[in-house]
Amino acid sequence: MIPAIPVDPERRQQVASALRAVLPARCVLHDPEDTRPYECDGLAAYRQLPMIVTLPDNEEQVLAILKVCRDLKVPIVPRGAGTGLSGGAQPMADGVVISTARLNRILRVEPYARTAVVQPGVRNLAISEAAAPFGLYYAPDPSSQIACTIGGNVAENSGGVHCLKYGLTVHNVLRARVCTIEGDVIELGGEALDAPGLDLLAVFIGSEGMLGIVTEVTVKLVPKPAMAQVIMASFDDVVTGGDAVASVIAAGIIPAGLEMMDRTSSRMVEPFVKAGYDLDAAAILLCEADGTALEVAEEIERMTAVLQEAGASAIAVSQNEAERLRFWSGRKNAFPAAGRISPDYYCMDGTIPRKHLALVLSRIEEMERTYGLRCANVFHAGDGNMHPLILFDANQPGELQRAEDFGAAILALCVEVGGTITGEHGVGVEKIDSMCVQFSSKELEAFFTVKRAFDPGMLLNPNKAVPALQRCAEMGRMRVSGGVLPFADLPRF
Amino acid sequence: MQQILEQFQSQVRAAAAGKRALRIRGGGTKDWYGQRIEGEILDTRAYSGIVDYEPTELVITARCGTPLRDIEAALAERKQMLAFEPPHFGEGATLGGMISAGLSGPRRASSGALRDFVLGAKLLDGKGEVLSFGGKVMKNVAGYDVSRLLAGSMGTLGLLLEVSVKVLPVAYREATLRFSMNETDAIRKLNEWAGQPLPISGSCWHEGVLALRLSGAQAAVDAALRSLGGAHGGELMPDCDRFWASLREQRHAFFDGEAPVWRLSVPSTFGAIDLGPQLIEWGGAQRWLRADGDAATAQRIRATVAACGGHATLFRGGDKSAGVFQPLAPAIAKIHERLKAGFDPSNIFNPGRMY
Repeated sequence: MIPAIPVDPERRQQVASALRAVLPARCVLHDPEDTRPYECDGLAAYRQLPMIVTLPDNEEQVLAILKVCRDLKVPIVPRGAGTGLSGGAQPMADGVVISTARLNRILRVEPYARTAVVQPGVRNLAISEAAAPFGLYYAPDPSSQIACTIGGNVAENSGGVHCLKYGLTVHNVLRARVCTIEGDVIELGGEALDAPGLDLLAVFIGSEGMLGIVTEVTVKLVPKPAMAQVIMASFDDVVTGGDAVASVIAAGIIPAGLEMMDRTSSRMVEPFVKAGYDLDAAAILLCEADGTALEVAEEIERMTAVLQEAGASAIAVSQNEAERLRFWSGRKNAFPAAGRISPDYYCMDGTIPRKHLALVLSRIEEMERTYGLRCANVFHAGDGNMHPLILFDANQPGELQRAEDFGAAILALCVEVGGTITGEHGVGVEKIDSMCVQFSSKELEAFFTVKRAFDPGMLLNPNKAVPALQRCAEMGRMRVSGGVLPFADLPRF
Repeated sequence: MQQILEQFQSQVRAAAAGKRALRIRGGGTKDWYGQRIEGEILDTRAYSGIVDYEPTELVITARCGTPLRDIEAALAERKQMLAFEPPHFGEGATLGGMISAGLSGPRRASSGALRDFVLGAKLLDGKGEVLSFGGKVMKNVAGYDVSRLLAGSMGTLGLLLEVSVKVLPVAYREATLRFSMNETDAIRKLNEWAGQPLPISGSCWHEGVLALRLSGAQAAVDAALRSLGGAHGGELMPDCDRFWASLREQRHAFFDGEAPVWRLSVPSTFGAIDLGPQLIEWGGAQRWLRADGDAATAQRIRATVAACGGHATLFRGGDKSAGVFQPLAPAIAKIHERLKAGFDPSNIFNPGRMY
């Protein structure tokens, strides 16, 4: 964490008047009282007042904002609902925020084509609600889906608890209409299943707002399964639980959801949600089947047999929808529950090959002692995406720093076992230094090649996701000399 | 393998120094695909072998020269598969060629495209540097998704060295129904069925017959066989595996003869296209057309499919001078050029193979 940088009032005046010349006054916010709500996203520990916030009503206004920023060389930070957890929408003191809040219309739902065409500020869940009368829904369901927007999902390639079976944003978006910083409007992908040339849509999704501003998205809708049932299985140790997940996959089953919680997590959430979790179990596995009643019955029977064989100490199957939701409630409320038992928590997002789960969990346990902080583990077990929740109190001197160091150590461990520093939350500002651990300078250069192909002037969200080479070099030197990373002393911009 | 990699690096560096074109080639089974190009051959076949296969992690990692049939055999042993059902188009097809061509087979509309399954890649760039993107895990948003960008890039951005691909279990049960149906009805039915929770995993309409493959849990396939078979008069097709393989490999009778083959990629809901004899796959989204390959015909075909938001590829044969692939919008072409110049500054990798 670093202190916020003050906004230069003269520059703000200059850029605001250029923007007001091309936009209605209500679309340009520059009074700190109005821009304060934009000072952070879901990574609330990092705050910075933006120079200006813009709220375009339509694509022409987006292009006009981009032109002003291009002419005056002003960096741009795109922003959806601001629910991101990695600071990807963190403003810049010399930058303009483009909020998609007013680009919030569902343009079309086409049940016959099974698509929806929406503006970027449409909430993820609103798409499924609009599609529900046709028996269809939009599959990716990040836990923030009541608030997060499709534009933000495209920026982050968001997943959700069902992505093992139904895929990520990249698998469910057919087309994005994008304004480039150079003033072009380009169509990536299309309503057909592929587009000519290089697959620019694939590289655009997950690019954290650094390649262009989305003004329209066509998403794929899929038939809503008739029903779902979930198995809750207890395990006496996490290794057995991890092996059970492997056995389910080896049996040729792709569950609709496959989630694991350690004992710290289940004890943390149980008083909060009263899900009826087995608090003696070292690990609880939630294993969901969806489809027609016959299909679900077949898969539940098959999974139950596999889990029993794999050494589950107890197994419960949800008998109705209310019970299914109750089984899930603890997993879905892990983050709020962490907030209930601890003044602050820091959510990590590394992904590992699942076979290394036992090693990673035991090393995290050691780190709890090293850093003097507790850590609860929730785990998208099907795809190896871990969410260790580091519990701390920012009011205790040094605890935030220790939490950040603990987090960086977990990410380095994920890379060490062949995984990645972020599975679904994005790099943003939060993990930008950890990028230096995962990628070589040549690889980072290749990322800049991609960046410059879309944004030669490097104006779109320029301080996020991909660290400048000199930053990594500086980090490397510090690591050698100090042994510990002095994150706080490094510039975040 | 290190030695072979070093040979690749010196071949690339020498080509870059002399600004000489390289033609990246595996089994040569898809030499006919894309624009015709000149250049010294860079043969990938020696850089071969499965590096890592973890059935329980649903990931296989292999070197570019690994024969596709070896990969499929290894997966079949563990009852898994490449769910995008890639065509081989010949005996020696390799993993690198499969990724670079980016082609998917009959299962595409239900399971996803080849690019959806690419998790990570190692690339030798135009300076001879080995770069690694993505990884062996399914969820990974660190850095731009360059490995998916390489899928279908026709070897124009670099030499693909190694790829990690997500795999899926084979279905418990599979069956194919055959319906007698005209083209318009088939397109309509396919789109309606796709909006219902049916385990459809492949479709093919040709000359009044619609073949529909169902894959999934025993109960799901049996229920679909009952409902579709009963209400719509579908009959079970015997020996259906051979049918879908022949379709995938374009050994189906529709592909016989010398006339050029066009691939039309269109929104699945687009009605019958009046351009010539067609075979329809992917629930209506992929249509194969036999028509001339000359410039005038190409223009007519491209205008027709562009009007509905689709694009056309002169897939096999024909006069390639009018371009194999649909021309790009200028703003998109500009991004292509910058990517090419960044990854391959001396323009040595398959120059002109795509555009």
